[in-house]
Formats: sequence, structure tokens, C-alpha cells
Amino acid sequence: MSHLSELLRKIDTDRSNLIKALQAVQTDEGYISNAAIEAIAHHFTIATVEVEGVVSFYAQFKRVKPGKYKISVCDGTACHIKGASLVTGWLSEDLGIKDGQTDKEGLFSLETVACLGCCSLAPVISVNGKVFGNLDRKGLLKILKDYRKGGAA
Amino acid sequence: MKITRIKVGAGSCGIAAGATELLTFIRKEVKDIPIVEVGCVGHCYAEPLVEIETDGGPFFYERVQPKKEHLDRMLALKEEGRLVERKQRSGREMIKVLALAGRIDMTSIDEYIAHGGYTALKKALEMKPADIVAEVKASGLRGRGGGGFPTGTKWGFLAAKEAKEKVLICNADEGDPGAFMDRSLMESVPHQVLEGMLIGALATGATQLTIYCRAEYPLAIRNLKIAIDQIYERGLNKLGTRTVEFRLKEGAGAFVCGEETAMIHSLEGKRGTPRFRPPYPTDSGYKGYPTAINNVETFGNVPLILKEGAAAFASVGTQGSKGTKLFALAGDVKYPGLAEVPMGVTIGDIVYEVGGAERGSVKAVQIGGPSGGCIPADKFDAVVDYDSLKSLGAIMGSGGLIVIGQNRCMVETARYFLEFTARESCGKCTFCRIGTKRMLERLEKITHGKGNADDVAFLADLGPKVIKGSLCGLGQTAPNPVISTLRYFKHEYDAHTVHHKCPALQCNQLSDVAIHIDKCIKCGICVKTCAVKAISPEFVVDNAICTRCNSCIEVCPKKTISRVEKGTGHYGKSGGKS
Repeated sequence: MSHLSELLRKIDTDRSNLIKALQAVQTDEGYISNAAIEAIAHHFTIATVEVEGVVSFYAQFKRVKPGKYKISVCDGTACHIKGASLVTGWLSEDLGIKDGQTDKEGLFSLETVACLGCCSLAPVISVNGKVFGNLDRKGLLKILKDYRKGGAA
Repeated sequence: MKITRIKVGAGSCGIAAGATELLTFIRKEVKDIPIVEVGCVGHCYAEPLVEIETDGGPFFYERVQPKKEHLDRMLALKEEGRLVERKQRSGREMIKVLALAGRIDMTSIDEYIAHGGYTALKKALEMKPADIVAEVKASGLRGRGGGGFPTGTKWGFLAAKEAKEKVLICNADEGDPGAFMDRSLMESVPHQVLEGMLIGALATGATQLTIYCRAEYPLAIRNLKIAIDQIYERGLNKLGTRTVEFRLKEGAGAFVCGEETAMIHSLEGKRGTPRFRPPYPTDSGYKGYPTAINNVETFGNVPLILKEGAAAFASVGTQGSKGTKLFALAGDVKYPGLAEVPMGVTIGDIVYEVGGAERGSVKAVQIGGPSGGCIPADKFDAVVDYDSLKSLGAIMGSGGLIVIGQNRCMVETARYFLEFTARESCGKCTFCRIGTKRMLERLEKITHGKGNADDVAFLADLGPKVIKGSLCGLGQTAPNPVISTLRYFKHEYDAHTVHHKCPALQCNQLSDVAIHIDKCIKCGICVKTCAVKAISPEFVVDNAICTRCNSCIEVCPKKTISRVEKGTGHYGKSGGKS
């Protein structure tokens, strides 16, 4: 809790900074916890439901703790026609989790995102922000294997 | 020839293709030549791309690997591995806005200035605000974000306002899936966008400059931050007697925030829902202050107008659309990437000449993202400008251009876009919230082979109603992909509903998978790959088990596995025709 207030102290209390505050908390903790919502509501002197409303509106904010490696599957147009749904399927199958979930070990979490802006390399995914392009099943499974071995590919 | 520098394309697409590893390698191997990170020249298909800068001109090398032989042949300026300039492409392109993209160090203000950067701002500082507005008006520049509203007119509205604070916002929330022009521009030449904003501040009297950038673009955000700091250091934000500051706000992943009133709400820390207009943002915008919002590419054009003059700028283009336009070219083309073409070239020029798609291999292009429409190949002689695209049922949009090959299903394409807009609908307007959902359900029914003529009639009926019943651009354009495919590809809908067939064999429920055994070399890779064990040791796919994941099709070294029409594949004893 004190850590949270430490983080929030650096942010101006004008309401226009609410999203910035949420982003700062999520960068730090990986997700938006109930405690964080209360702390943020207190910081801006607004109701928790107001904060909750903003959190639920934006796709970026997660209420579930993500895995160590966050996999984002791009489902932008180019990736979609190049087989993004297959990529999601291969990942789900290998990791045993669906879109929006984190695996039991807390190692991988999976989400579909609108567009990573690397359309010329479609289909692409990103793992903790690192983009991998021109994927096929083999390449994809190798990426997972490399991360399982514990390290960036 | 003397090598002066080595430039490595390290924009997002370059990094995704392996530029980071390449940079590490080159830095280790080469000690006596400066190595710089540049943005993207637009040839994304050729990444990682390296330019060897010499006193005799540039040498580009494509698909460079972190290997000694690749490095050696570059340093020896060998022919091998060089990026081949295709006349078909260079003949159609006109590089103006992107002139410096990928050619200069993306984090160096000195290099930007050395190439004429900030001369436009200097010129603007000597002009009266009204004259800058007039110049931009005379150039005919229209908003590059999609709407196509004349930029000079918008600036004129803001300039005319008397207020304590006036806000100028750069819309960098490039949300259209398949569009990456703005990302590339911000990453490669951030100063060009910021210079455009500073000129905008001079022209309109704006006191606050805000950039609303999607959080998915970390490199663009980093480069903008660096550039803003450099501007402060040099005092370039001093506009005569006053000083302006930039605020960089990261979006939080909501497509609707590209709409101006929704963006303003988001900047105020609220849910990003749009509101009724009027009042227009130029009357009452961010926190009630007069506000104007322009797109990244629009700001990127502004320094050009001041530098070369409105008349020269307006000499390029068509009657109603002036200058050049950036297109993010992706999908079924040989050379995906970023293209800059003069307004007035044909769609065919972009697809076939710039993109290198083979004639006959293309079914349609999708222009303008989820708000746009699909234009069939037989209409590719239409010219690219705001008005002609509109008459074809598409829109210029922000510039995403996805090429759809013959083997793609148009009903599925329409379904994909509807799924996107249904998910991204903010929920404020009933027609958008429920209407897109109902349309999506019917499209799913059709792609599952369970649709009939009523469903098609339902889509044709509800589409225009969603357009009428929605407040903002999202709902007003969401049905476009369906309406345009119904207009040009009705036969594909009919194939799904009347014959329950997907001609492109893309819809999973309407296709089977089969191995063409006569060409099969029985290597067994497919059997090992199949996750659900649908392929027998005799190399027969059991379509009752198969999930249509395409893994076997991908791995087959002889390409003997393919999708076939539903019902023609083998079904094992475990199931009938599901």
C-alpha cells in the first residue's frame, strides 16, 4: 500500500492524469488490483466506481495478474488474413490457456491485440513487447521453447 | 569510394525482423565507421535493411543477417544482397513527406536541421498567424486521418477564438488494424511532426500542444520524448514572446478514442465515449477550451507547405485532393511496406506496381480499415483521392491498404471487421452497440454455412440503419465492410447461403482437409505435427477429428496437403459430417 502511494505521489491530482496513474500502476505491478483502485480513487478524490469505469473501458488495463511473459497476438487486418486465428489456436493448444488467461505456473499469459503495426511481417506476436514476425507453427513453438528455457529468444 | 556511415533500419518493423541482433553484431565487428540507427524507408519486406553511406551515394542492402559474409560484402559494396530498385515502384511513388524517413538518425536533431529541418518554423515565425493559416488553406491540405477536413479551415476556426487557453492536439492514436504510416513517421522523423505542431501553434495561437499516442507504439513514444527534450534544449518552443510545451499522453487501447470528442474525454481522464457535436471542439474541447485535432501525417505535411509554398504543394494531386498520401501496404502483395504516392494515382498502380502483386492474383483491396470498404480488382483503375474512393463505397481513411488475394473469403473478411467494430463499440449508441452485434451474429451464421437468403437481406437492411443511428464515426462507418462486400461480392454470400460452400475454402465449417497421396513422400511430419491425431499412419486426414488448424498444410515439405470442399474429405467412423 505504501509502495502504491509512493508511486502516486509523483502524479498530479488533476483528473486528467487518471489514465496516466493507472498506466504507472500497471507498469509497476503488472495489473490493476482492488487495492490499487482504492488508492487511485483516494488520490484523485473520486469514487472507486469512477476508476473502475475507466479501467473497464480501456483494453490496456488488466484486472488479472499476468504471466512472466506476456504474449500478445496481433489480430490486425494483415495478420488476420495471414492466419492470426491459427496462431492463437497454436498458442492456446500449447499453453493450455485461452485469450485473456494466464497459465498455472504464471509463466505465460495470452491476449489478442488489435494491431502491433508490423503489418508487413504478418502474422506477428509480441512477447513482453519484443515482436516476432513471419510466424509459422514451427517458429512459434520454438519461441515458446526458448522462453521456457528462461530467457529472451 | 569512402564509406562514411553505416545506417541500420531500426524502426519497429526493422527490429521485428532482427535489427537489434544485427546492430549488436555490426557494432562488435566494425570499429572505425560510425553506425547509426535510422527509421524506416518503407521497404518493410526487405528488413533488416542497411544503408552503406559513401561519398559516392547510398548503397542499400536487404535482408541482412548478422553474419560475417553479409557484412563483408556490404563493406566491399558488392552487388550481391543489394536492394534492387524496381522502376515500377519508383515510377509511381513520390517521396516528399517521407523524404527523411529512414535516411537520418532518428534521434538526432542536428541531422534533421542539416537536412532543412526547422527552416519552415523559422519562416513561420516571420509570418503573421493569419498568413500561415491562409498558406495552409491555399495548399489544399486535407486531414490525413480519415475525415479529409481542410486543415487550414480548421486552423482558421481555432485562430478566430479568443480564450485564455487554446489546445492543439496531434492524433497519434493510429487504431486502424493494418495501418502503420503514423507510427513510421513518428519513429523515423519525430521532429517533422513536432515542427508541424509548432507551426500550428503559431498559426492558431494554441497554448497547449498535446500528442495522444497509442501505447502500443513504444518506439514512437521514445523518439518523440527525445525529440521534445531536444526542442526544449534549443529553445525551439519559444514562439516569439511566448513559450509552448508539449504534453505526450499515451492511449490505453480503445479504438473509439481516434474520434475527436472521445479522444478529448480520454485526455480528461474519462471513459473515451464520443458526444454530440455541436459544440465542435474548436468551440468547446479539452476542459472546455477551444481545441483543434489534427492527425500525425497532417502535421508531417505542414513543414513542406511552408518550405516549398502552397502553390508548389498544390501542384501535386487531383482537383479536390492535394499533395501525396502515405499508404501502409500489406496483405497478399510481394512487397509490403510503406508507400508514398501522389493523390490521383490508381489503386492498381499501388497494388501492382508498388506492391508487386501479380495481376489476376488479387481479388480486392480493403481501404480505410474497419471504417472503409472493399474495392474489387475490376475497379482498380479508380484514382486515389478522397472523393473518388467515397463514390466506390470505401474511404481514404488513414491509409491502411490491405490486398486481398483470390484465396481469401470476402464474407469472412467482412465478418472480421464487424467483429472488430462490435468489440470496439463504446456502447453509447444502441444501433452501434446492438446493431453491430446482430450483424456479426448473422455473418457468423453465414460463414458457418448455416445462413440463408434472409440473413443476407437482414444485413442489407440493418447496415444503413446502424449508420443513421450512430453518433460518431465508428458506428457511422462500421457497416461499410459489409455493405461494400454485399455490393461487389454478393455471389460469395450466395455461395455460402444457397450452396453452403466457401469458394475460397477459408471458412472452417465449410471446408475439409485432404492429403493428395500421389505426391506424398510419406515423410510423416504431418502425422507428428497434428495436435489432435487426425492423420492416420496411412496418411489419411480424418475430418471428423481435424480442427482445420492448417498446421499440416504449413509443415508439408511437398505441399501435398490442402483444403478441399466440405464433404469431399474423408470422415472416420467416429463422426458423421459435423
